Amino acid sequence: MFHEMKNSQYTFIKKPSKFEILNVSEIWFYKDLIYSLLIKDIKVRYAQSVLGIGWAVIQPLFFMVVFTLIFSKLAKISTDGQPAQVFYYTALVPWTYFSSGLIDSTGSLIQNSGMMTKVYFPRIILPFVSVLSKLPDLIIASTIVAILMVWFSITPSIYIILIPFLILIMVLFSFGLGAFFSALAIQYRDIKYGITFLTQVLMFATPIAYPTSLIPKNLQWVYALNPMVGVIEGIRSCLLQTREIPLDLILIGLAVSIATSFVGIIYFNRCEATFADVA
Amino acid sequence: MNTAISSNKLGKIYQIGARQELSSTFVETLTKQITKPLRNLKNIRQLSKNSNSSSNSYIWALKDINFDINQGEVVGIIGPNGAGKSTLLKILSRITYPTEGYVKIKGRVSSLLEVGTGFHPELTGRENVYLNGTVLGMTRKEVSNKFDEIIEFSGVETFIDTPVKRYSSGMQVRLAFAVAAHLEPEILLVDEVLAVGDAEFQKRCIGKMKDTANAGKTVIFVSHNMTSISRLCDRAILLNNGNLIEDGLSSEVISHYLHKPDSGKNSRIWEMNNAPGQEGVKLLSVELESNEDSEHVWLNSTSPIKIKINYHVSKPSLKMRCAAMVFTQGICAFSTFEPKEREHTQQGNYQAQVEIPSNLLIEGEHSINISIFGSKGHKLRYVDYKDALGFHIKDKIDGTSSRGDYTQNVMGIVHPLLKWSSIYTYE
Repeated sequence: MFHEMKNSQYTFIKKPSKFEILNVSEIWFYKDLIYSLLIKDIKVRYAQSVLGIGWAVIQPLFFMVVFTLIFSKLAKISTDGQPAQVFYYTALVPWTYFSSGLIDSTGSLIQNSGMMTKVYFPRIILPFVSVLSKLPDLIIASTIVAILMVWFSITPSIYIILIPFLILIMVLFSFGLGAFFSALAIQYRDIKYGITFLTQVLMFATPIAYPTSLIPKNLQWVYALNPMVGVIEGIRSCLLQTREIPLDLILIGLAVSIATSFVGIIYFNRCEATFADVA
Repeated sequence: MNTAISSNKLGKIYQIGARQELSSTFVETLTKQITKPLRNLKNIRQLSKNSNSSSNSYIWALKDINFDINQGEVVGIIGPNGAGKSTLLKILSRITYPTEGYVKIKGRVSSLLEVGTGFHPELTGRENVYLNGTVLGMTRKEVSNKFDEIIEFSGVETFIDTPVKRYSSGMQVRLAFAVAAHLEPEILLVDEVLAVGDAEFQKRCIGKMKDTANAGKTVIFVSHNMTSISRLCDRAILLNNGNLIEDGLSSEVISHYLHKPDSGKNSRIWEMNNAPGQEGVKLLSVELESNEDSEHVWLNSTSPIKIKINYHVSKPSLKMRCAAMVFTQGICAFSTFEPKEREHTQQGNYQAQVEIPSNLLIEGEHSINISIFGSKGHKLRYVDYKDALGFHIKDKIDGTSSRGDYTQNVMGIVHPLLKWSSIYTYE
């Protein structure tokens, strides 16, 4: 990769400055490494398993069945007038993406510490790759959404074109949080265990098992500070036409995601210099 | 000459016991954060006093290191354990950052520390070659271009689409090394001290290093093996306790490192009042003399070496003999002593000489123990001095030494020139 550098170019090795934003051109240098690591993550995840990538579908599918039985049939919580299966599954797919992306990116530095103590590359690649490598799972799990919609004869709205944008918010948010927590976790292993717990708590602060309409109108903006609220409400609105597209919730979520990524990256870069020493 | 590496006031500080002091749980950190203002106040107040107590918990792994290395130079880095050699390599390979100063590097850096980095047991050999190659800084295209060569070099063609976890460990190392051998760095860092793997693997590392050096690339080589350093490097940098002690011709730096009191002279002289010895005998000096290369610290394996022992006798009519023991690689290669005790009738200075024939000692580091002893009913040691003198034998590999035209490592602690003959015995 360095062969692309001009001959006159020097690398300076010195103490990094305290506030450093992403060095995009350097990360671009390492695009082939990002690609290789992505391939590795994806291939290794379901290596030597019978169902292979089928596991990407099983987890949300299983929770859909449980939620349908408990929250819809027993507790009789509203599903905004939609079939419970579709209502839960459309939320469980993005949630599974978010939580697995967050947990994996938090552990990404610890998992790759052997590499970090031997070779240089921009470390921010690691949490980034963890978040990206969950996208194939998301896509495969989404095929079941299409099947369910055909089964229940649901027509999506034209806003379905917004879904890639909603996914982007989700990627940004999980990457920002992941970068922040991975930098903490390399020093304090508590974080690695705590993050599983945190995602479980966050799940209840996200409209998965219940509709957003249960939250009082004047408090919804607070609720939307969790970007997953805007994402999941948006997806449901696009696909199931449960409501008008919740632009306000989505935009709040976008703002929080961008802020989270910023804080995450800055904190990560501040800690980066000591990773090899504390790992 | 173009500068490849330029180090400027480079320093790296480590906290002693840092791992214990870093809070290991989050709660501990939180409590520490809450009480932090108190400790800050304490620290700041200490600044105005003699802050010995707080400065004790830090160690400078490297301090004020300045050097320039030109493109194409082969430089050895030597020093005792904990001198900062590996820290320097870690900074050069950007694994860790300096606390102060900077290094300016021109060109792509690779280190043979990285062999097999990123290998994943679940992936096939093919996938691992790509992964490892990109981890080491190649593009996927570069790996593709060299893929066939890499596989051929590794000798694992048949298993290339099998997960690496099914490989024998030898196959894994061969595949990993094949990738590293096809890197084309402009600067190669080799840490023999940290190199894991068997002798075969280390030999390959040295081989790769030689190729890189011969191609006119810059090589930095960390080793405890002075023979390798002297044979491979023209220049050496001596580190000790994080300081750069000496930077110069490898022969001179090595002799300095080996604690020769009079560098370059192959001799050691004691002052009369602290000279070793007892019962009326004192060792004054030990000298080595070789009939060529007298200005060099090296002694050539092809020349005989004279050991001269100068001593003072202050009691009349003592009977004794001088002895020298040559130690090689920590083992006594041989002892030699005067065949008969001599009577020293007069007080004064004496000299005993012995000649080690040419083509006897093996290339590398040696040290001599000197003793002077006699028997007066029982054995009496007048002088018994360990490591009186260290010296270095160099094999110029010009065909006249015991090794002939063989250039690889030679086993053993002596390497005598012996006569070989052969005849045709069939039919």
